[in-house]
Amino acid sequence: MIPAIVVFLYLATVLYIGIFAFRRATGREKAEDYFLASRSLGPFVFLFSLFGTNMTAFAILGSSGHAFNNGIVTFGLMASSSGLVIPLTIFLIGTRVWALGKKYGFMTPVQMFRDRWECSHIGTLIFAVQAVLLVPYIIIGIMGGGTTLYTISNGTVPYWFGGAIVALVVMSYVFFGGMRGTAWVNTFQTVLFLCFGAIALIVIGYGMGGFQTAAEGLKTSPLSWLLTRERISPYYFFSYTFIPLSAIAFPHILIFCLTAKKMNQFKKTVIFYPLCILAIWLPCVFLGVMANRVSDIPEVRQKQEARRVLATQGRTMEPEKRDELREQSGGDDVIMLLLHRYAPLWLAGLLGAGIMAAVMASDSQILALSTMFTEDVFAFYGGKRRFGEAVQVQTGRIFIILITLFAYAVALRAPETIFELAIQYAFSGYAALSPLLIAALFWKGSTKWGALAVTVWTALAVVSVAVFQAVVAAPAPGPATVMWSLGGTDVLSRTPGGTAVFGFMPVVPMVIVSALLMWLVSVATQKPAGSTLAKYFGGRDR
Amino acid sequence: MKSILLVVAVAALYILHQDIWFWRSSHLVFGFIPIGLFYHGLFSVAASLLMWLLVTFAWPSHLEHEVEETKRREDEPA
Repeated sequence: MIPAIVVFLYLATVLYIGIFAFRRATGREKAEDYFLASRSLGPFVFLFSLFGTNMTAFAILGSSGHAFNNGIVTFGLMASSSGLVIPLTIFLIGTRVWALGKKYGFMTPVQMFRDRWECSHIGTLIFAVQAVLLVPYIIIGIMGGGTTLYTISNGTVPYWFGGAIVALVVMSYVFFGGMRGTAWVNTFQTVLFLCFGAIALIVIGYGMGGFQTAAEGLKTSPLSWLLTRERISPYYFFSYTFIPLSAIAFPHILIFCLTAKKMNQFKKTVIFYPLCILAIWLPCVFLGVMANRVSDIPEVRQKQEARRVLATQGRTMEPEKRDELREQSGGDDVIMLLLHRYAPLWLAGLLGAGIMAAVMASDSQILALSTMFTEDVFAFYGGKRRFGEAVQVQTGRIFIILITLFAYAVALRAPETIFELAIQYAFSGYAALSPLLIAALFWKGSTKWGALAVTVWTALAVVSVAVFQAVVAAPAPGPATVMWSLGGTDVLSRTPGGTAVFGFMPVVPMVIVSALLMWLVSVATQKPAGSTLAKYFGGRDR
Repeated sequence: MKSILLVVAVAALYILHQDIWFWRSSHLVFGFIPIGLFYHGLFSVAASLLMWLLVTFAWPSHLEHEVEETKRREDEPA
């Protein structure tokens, strides 16, 4: 019960930070203050909150779980590629969006698109696609909260109650504190993440009697492939470098870029971002791999057995049985099992709070959705003009309550796996939307029709991949099921983990086709007025 | 010239992410870190250094000046 008490203390601290931010707000009825903290965040809070916003439960639980079943490849797939691509996009795109926000008062990406391409309803469509892709994050955050509290309290806190507590705490500090509260809480959470990795590594390493024996043992065991990438195709590995393009296209990240007081604050964020990823992901991935050498945790052995049966007999099984084994072999709780086994109770509680911090990263998405709704729909369609700014802020707060209640209701009824899949699709979807930002900021010749083509393509592609994976069952670990080949080349395959197009993940063709559509459709359609282009490009010739 | 070198550096690091040369090696650095993991850890440090180079030599300071100019114009009495 001690770990659960520590986690509750953590939740109370987070709530207090949100309320404190509310008290510190000077212009409570101003939309810019509530939704963007008056564009006044300092360098430390900006770095840690932007980073924390991008780190979901996957950073700790998912990374170690993926590494447990797939080996060291997890770090190269998701961490080091993000360490290069995300700061690069913040440097190239984030700084430009910040400057445009300061100059023209934009508070959401859609506001900028509407102004840049002189469009209205196309902007509403972009809002709708962005919103649909964002909602699963909020739901999975509440689900993660319920599951984590249930696990940490050894079942004393039921799932529905844990989920309700997390939903209530997140809703309260976002409701009261707005962007300022969310940024401060994210900063606090990021500090916890950063401490988590190092402490967990030391404690578990000590408990396991050092890593050298475990690593040597793994190297000489049948599981030695976990130390290499021999079971991963280089095409698949390459595909993953497209996924981080999604980060800057996520509305909550782009909106965060508008909160910096000065552009100089981006400097530290850009430089330290890869190191922060390294500090969190490396220990989690390493521990996930080393968990395979733990022999005194029955749950870990059961996972390994499920994985072995799936690999050896999976081909002859019914798809439902394969899914069941896949779920049993899932390693998302492996780091919690290691902590439970090797960390003293009070420390397990502190580390549990670190996990809770990761799970509760849905706050920024809730606030971003509220900002988008009030700015892109309520204010755009005349609500602000008719009712005033104070009503706009109150509408944003009511929206926060409604979206949290909706997410909680769904979290109680729907299976978690559905939303885990939805998040996978969301990453590819947002990556496919990234050409919108690049075209808007760097290409004079882009048009609203090009933007429409990209948005419609993204929505269709995400739905198509989802339907394909729902209709064609995932094969057992091993070779993919080829669905369509042309001249000896596999065009479309169903892999154990998803879909492959010419051997690449769907995100690669999705991004390439998006970029081509933006180019082809823009070339064939009318450009915005010269005065609009002058606002964005001045006299510069691009 | 400076911009070209930085673009080349970004492209080179992007290519270096695809480290096929360590693909099948299970060699343990310092006796416990798999070489593939160690390489990508170093890659992250290199990415940070590259970001420092970009921030130092290619910072878009004109954007800041444009913002200041806009603000100055807004503050001027009509």
